[in-house]
Amino acid sequence: MKLNQLTLKESLDALEKKEVKLEEIYQDLDQAYEEQNHKLNIYLSKNEQALVQAKELSNKPLRGLPIAVKDNFCTRDLPTTASAKVLDGFRPQYESTVTKRIKENGGVVYGKTNMDAWAHGSSTETSDYGPTLNPRNPEHLPGGSSGGSAAAIAADLAIVSVGSETAGSIRQPAAWCGTVGFKPSYGRASRFGVAAMASSTDSPGPISKTVEDACILLNAFAGPDEKDGTSSREKAPDFTSFLDQSIKGMRVGVIYQDVAEIAQTNQKLLKELEILKELGAEVEITQAMDPHPAIGVYTVVQRAEVSSNLARYDGIRYGHDRSNFGDEGKRRIMLGTFSLTKGHADQYYSLAQKVRTLYLENYKELFKKYDVLVSPTSPSYAKKIGSSFNSAMFGELEDMLLEASSVAGLPGINVPFYRDDETNLYLGASFIAPMWEEGKIIKITDAFEKNTKWNSWRNR
Amino acid sequence: MPYKLVCGLEIHAELKTASKMFCSCKNDPFGAIKPNIYTCPVCLGMPGGLPVANKTAIEWTIKLGLALNCKINLFSKFDRKNYFYPDLPKGYQISQYDIPFCYDGYIETSEGRVGITRIHLEEDTAKLSHQDIDLDGDGKPDKATLIDFNRSSVPLVEVVTEPDIISANQAKEYGQKLRQIMRYLDVADCDMEKGGMRLEANISLRQEGKSELPNYKVECKNINSFKFLEAAINYEIERQTEILQNGEIPTQETRGYNANTGKTFSQRAKENAADYRYFPDPDLAPIEFSEAEVEIIRQSLPELPDQKAQRLMKEYGLNEASARNLVLNRKKAAFFEEVLQLSQKDNLDNQKLVNALLNKKIAFELSDKAAVVLKKFKAANTNDSVDDKELETAINQVLKNNQDAVEKYKAGKTAVIGFLIGQVMKELGKKADVNLVRQKISSQLD
Repeated sequence: MKLNQLTLKESLDALEKKEVKLEEIYQDLDQAYEEQNHKLNIYLSKNEQALVQAKELSNKPLRGLPIAVKDNFCTRDLPTTASAKVLDGFRPQYESTVTKRIKENGGVVYGKTNMDAWAHGSSTETSDYGPTLNPRNPEHLPGGSSGGSAAAIAADLAIVSVGSETAGSIRQPAAWCGTVGFKPSYGRASRFGVAAMASSTDSPGPISKTVEDACILLNAFAGPDEKDGTSSREKAPDFTSFLDQSIKGMRVGVIYQDVAEIAQTNQKLLKELEILKELGAEVEITQAMDPHPAIGVYTVVQRAEVSSNLARYDGIRYGHDRSNFGDEGKRRIMLGTFSLTKGHADQYYSLAQKVRTLYLENYKELFKKYDVLVSPTSPSYAKKIGSSFNSAMFGELEDMLLEASSVAGLPGINVPFYRDDETNLYLGASFIAPMWEEGKIIKITDAFEKNTKWNSWRNR
Repeated sequence: MPYKLVCGLEIHAELKTASKMFCSCKNDPFGAIKPNIYTCPVCLGMPGGLPVANKTAIEWTIKLGLALNCKINLFSKFDRKNYFYPDLPKGYQISQYDIPFCYDGYIETSEGRVGITRIHLEEDTAKLSHQDIDLDGDGKPDKATLIDFNRSSVPLVEVVTEPDIISANQAKEYGQKLRQIMRYLDVADCDMEKGGMRLEANISLRQEGKSELPNYKVECKNINSFKFLEAAINYEIERQTEILQNGEIPTQETRGYNANTGKTFSQRAKENAADYRYFPDPDLAPIEFSEAEVEIIRQSLPELPDQKAQRLMKEYGLNEASARNLVLNRKKAAFFEEVLQLSQKDNLDNQKLVNALLNKKIAFELSDKAAVVLKKFKAANTNDSVDDKELETAINQVLKNNQDAVEKYKAGKTAVIGFLIGQVMKELGKKADVNLVRQKISSQLD
C-alpha cells in the first residue's frame, strides 16, 4: 500500500511510532499527484515548499501532514481564486483563521483545490478552471462546491482536506465521492478569510477518509474567533472524545422517507440503518417539514447575500473587470439584486426569512423526540459530467435534502452507506443534530462507519 | 414674506474611538502621516474580510442619543446599504436601516425645539482625491483619482432632524449645540474643515399659515461650516421664493454650496429615491441592550451645556448671557467654575468677577491657577468708602424690590445672598466691602 492512502489517524500513529518518515509520505503523495492531478483536475495550485514546511512542524499535533484546502480559503503562500477568473493570480497578504490554525497545529497546506466558481454550485464544473472529475468514476461529477477537496480524498491525493458548506457543499461532494464530510454548526469554525458565498450559512469543515479523521482535523481549527462576529463564543469540545462510544438508547429519526423522487435511495438507506438497531439505537421513520419550500428559501436568501458579497469585485481592484464573471455568477447576482429591490423584498427576501423560522421551529419539535435525524445526502448517485449545464437550479435540486438544515445552521455529517458495483459510485447518508451538538452525530456516524462495509479505507 | 422656511438637517460626525468601526485598525484619518497606512483586509473589503462591531462606538452612539433626549432601541442591528462607488470597497456600506440605535429626541434652541428623528451608526467611506498625475510617463499630467483607505470604516454617526427648523439662524444654532454636546461627551472632535463633521440641509418653503409639508425638497450638500449653512439656507429662501412667486415649483434636486459666490448650485436631479437594497448584514449578529445597561450609560453622562448654564445662573447668580458664554466649551466652564468656587469665601460679586474675566479686564489663561486669577481680580477691586446710613438705605431698598429673593433666602436658599449683594452694589453705584454688605443683609433677614 502507498503511504498517501493512509488515513490521518494511521499516518499520525505511523509517524509517532517512527514506522514511516514524513519524506516517504510526501514522496508517495507527490507521485500520485503527478500521475493523477492532470487527469482529474483536483488542485489549482500546489505548494512547492510543502515538505520543507512539513519538516519544521513534525513535533506539532498534525506532524507536518499534507492537507488539501479549498481555493476559497485565503492563504498567504498560495494563490486564492475561489475558482473565479475575477481573482486570477490573487495572492492574499493574510491568512484565513482556519488555515492559520491548521498551520499552528502542524498541518501543511499541500495545495488549493478546485471548486465551483465562488462556491456557486454542486458540480465543480462551474469552475472557471474546468471541471474536476470524480475519482470513483471519471465520467461523473464529484459534486460541489467543495468537489476538489472531496475528490482529493477519494483519489488519495491528500491525507485529509478542508471544504466549506453553505447548503450541501461539503456533504454532497463527500457523498458523491464516497468520503466523509463534516459540516459543523454554523459559527463553530471561523469564516474569517474565506471568500464569502452566503454569509449566514457558510461553514468551514473537514472532508476526510473516516469520521475519526474529520474529528482530528476539526479539533485543529474549530472554536471562537474574535475576527468573526458570528463565530461561537463557546469553546469547542474535543470532537475525538465522542468516538467509540455506545449508541445504545440513542433515538434516530429517519426523515424524508415520504419524498417521492428519492424512493429508491430511501429504501437502500432504510435497510442499511438496521445495523443501528442492532447496536442498541431506536430507529424510527418520522415526518419532517416538506423539504421543497427550503429550496426557495435557500435560493432567495443565498442569492441576495451573493449579490451583495460579490459587489466588492467591481473591477477597480484585483486587475480583472466584471466581464470575467461566469454565467452562474451573473445569474446569481441578478436574481439576488432583483429579490432585494424595493417592491420585491417583501415578496421574496422577507418571506424567505419567515419560512426559515418555520423550519427552525420544526427542528425544535423533532429534536424533542430524536437525538439525531437522518436522510440521504443527495437524491441519487453522482451525475454525469456536463449535467449541471442543463439546469439553472442544478445545485439547489441536488442539495434539496440538506437546505432546510443548512439554513437552520445545524451540524451534519455525511457517511457512505452504499456502493453500486457496476459504476463504483456511492450513496451517502446525512446525519444532523441540534446546534452545537456535533457529539451526537459523531457517535452515530462513527458507529455506523465501523460496523458497515461501506467505508473504502476501513474495508480495503 | 408670504413664504416660510421648512428645513431639516442631516449631520454626520466621525466618532473618535481608538479603533475603526468594524476592524482593529487605528482610527486617526486626519493624523495619519501617509495614505493607506491604517488598513487591513476588513476595511479594504478584501475576500474573506469580516466586520466585528466596535462596542465603544455603539455605547457612544447611545450616550449621544441619551444626551439628545432620545429613546433607545434595546434591540438593534446593522444593515447593508448596497451601492457602487470607488470609495466603497465592499460595494456596500454597513449602516442601520429600520432600527437605529436612537430615535425621537430633541434639542432646544432659542427659536423653539428641534425634533430629532433618529441617530444611527455606520461606517465612513474611503477618501477620494482627484489629481493630475503623469501616469503614462509622457511628461504630461493625466487625470487620476487616488483612494485613501485610512478613513474607510471609521465610525460615523448620523443625526437626522424633523423638518422643524424655521430659520437659517435656528439651523446654525441647532448645529452649534449638537457640536457642543458631542464635544462635551468627548465622543467626537467635529472638525468641519477636515470633514470630521458634515452638514446636509433639506430646504423647502411653504406659504405662511400652512402646516402641511411642501411637495418638493431641495437637498444642500458639501457645507463645511455653520456660517455657510446659514448662508446657503438664506440663499435658498431667496431663490425658492422667487420660483414660487412665479407660480412654479422648485426642482427636487441635490445642490452644492459655493463659498466664493455665496450661492448654491445644482449638482444632480434627484432620481426617484435611490434603491439601496437594504438587508440585515449577515456578518453581524443583532445587538441587544438591557434597560440596566442603558441606565449605566445614562449615569455616565456628564453635565450638559444647558444644564450647566442653568446651574451657574442659580448657584452663582450669573446672568444668562454670561452663563451661556461660560459653557461654550467644557474646559472653559470648568475653569470659571473653579474660580467662582474659590471666590465664595471672599464674598465677591460673581457677576462682576465673570464680566471682568470675560471682558479680559483681568488677563488670564485657562491653564492658570484659579487662586492666582482670583488674587489679580481682588487687587483690581479694592473697596470704595461707604457710610453706614447710605448702605442701610440701599439695603432696605433692595430687600423691598426683591421679595422673591428674600423669600428664597428665608426658605433656606442662602446662596441667593450673592444676588442681593450684587443688587446692593448696583443701588449704591459704588463698590462696598462685600463682607460688610453680607453681614448687614443677613442680620436684617435672620
